[in-house]
Amino acid sequence: MRVTVIDYKAGNLTSVLKALHHLGAEPQVTDGDLALVDSAERIVLPGVGHFTATERLGATGLTGAIRAAIARGVPFLGICVGMQWLYSGSTEAPDQPSLGHFSEVCTRFCEGKEKIPHVGWNSLEIPPGNGAAPRLLAGVAPGEFVYFTHAYKAPVTPDTAAVTHYIEPFAAAVERGNVFGVQFHPEKSGGAGLRIIKNFLGAPC
Amino acid sequence: MLTKRIIACLDVHAGRVVKGVQFVDLVDAGDPATQAARHAREGADEIVLLDITATHEGRQTLLDTVRRTARELFVPFCVGGGIRSARDAEQVFEAGADKVSINSAALADPALIGEIGRSFGAQAVVVAIDARRDPQAADPVGDAQVFVHGGRKPAGRRAVEWAREAERRGAGEILLTSMDADGTRAGFDCELTAAVSQAVSIPVIASGGAGSVAHFADVFARGKADAALAASIFHFGVSTSRSLKEELAASGVSVRLPC
Repeated sequence: MRVTVIDYKAGNLTSVLKALHHLGAEPQVTDGDLALVDSAERIVLPGVGHFTATERLGATGLTGAIRAAIARGVPFLGICVGMQWLYSGSTEAPDQPSLGHFSEVCTRFCEGKEKIPHVGWNSLEIPPGNGAAPRLLAGVAPGEFVYFTHAYKAPVTPDTAAVTHYIEPFAAAVERGNVFGVQFHPEKSGGAGLRIIKNFLGAPC
Repeated sequence: MLTKRIIACLDVHAGRVVKGVQFVDLVDAGDPATQAARHAREGADEIVLLDITATHEGRQTLLDTVRRTARELFVPFCVGGGIRSARDAEQVFEAGADKVSINSAALADPALIGEIGRSFGAQAVVVAIDARRDPQAADPVGDAQVFVHGGRKPAGRRAVEWAREAERRGAGEILLTSMDADGTRAGFDCELTAAVSQAVSIPVIASGGAGSVAHFADVFARGKADAALAASIFHFGVSTSRSLKEELAASGVSVRLPC
């Protein structure tokens, strides 16, 4: 399977590639070769760190190519900052354009007595499905723990596939059609994380 | 609910895991890749590999060790020991680490924290602080001093103030080792850990002094630690991270279980 992983110097690329290899996929990496996006059967956008890193996607023409691939029905998975990029923006970099597949804006956790960033293993609450069971989280037990490290988060909406509580409830996973996002790091979340990546690899085109 | 992390620490010398009391009487404790995978399987929330070899040849061995260890490890993986420059850090990341732990080099050149953070994200930079209470000071805990070079040399910095600066410069986490408690198995220095943890907004990992399950419960409650390092949990009859966590859960600590 041609899984294209987008390299925009976002840190967790090596770990994501390792997990894909482990699951038998043959990932190919692009930092600007649009042909690899055009021919992709799956696209993964990793990410960790600051939202401004996504600027590179616009600068290299990857944003347009990804938008076209999503429109063709190619399954897409955004991880951490890669998930946040699916929204219409983040207050971390308010002027930074993003994909806007989901209309909401990502915001920082509210300051208070809890530490920010949210770092560590936290549990997934899978909301009762409105009809369809969440495909990305198929077989993942409610309450399963996954690894987070982030200070910004997306709001809970009808597209939210899993909710996690830290300071307030936020979207730990999102899915609509062929577009998936996870705020946590499935490549660093043990067996549960590998299962989620496997589910993504098995998602119908 | 965000859980308290139990981090398994492997001391590595010349490509092998070693165990010893304060680096004396090193005993071979196996292959790092095998041991790391076993710890992850047995419930550790994270793995730290500390290179205690400080030679040039040791660096290449370390990178090879990191590469082999990272290959089949799907929990967060931090590597420390002898990382002196952004280039050193980059090589360790390329070999598969998720985080690097820097200590003496950060004190010598605090800008290194931000330099690594800008390339790899703040979450990838753990600043390790070796600290000892200052019995001469009016506030021995609040004025605890930082030491470098394996605790042999005072850095002329206060732990709390250095932790704050590290955070301001972009550290993602603090790994705090109490030199007073280290090796004693008499419990973590909860006062020192709390002083540092309350001074910063980033997570603090407590290290040094673990001797019983109750010590872990104590450093999470009184010490306000976000995570605790377990280097020798086998020394006091707890066989795995999982059994440690099961006992902690029974005493009301929120941990990742099942794991």
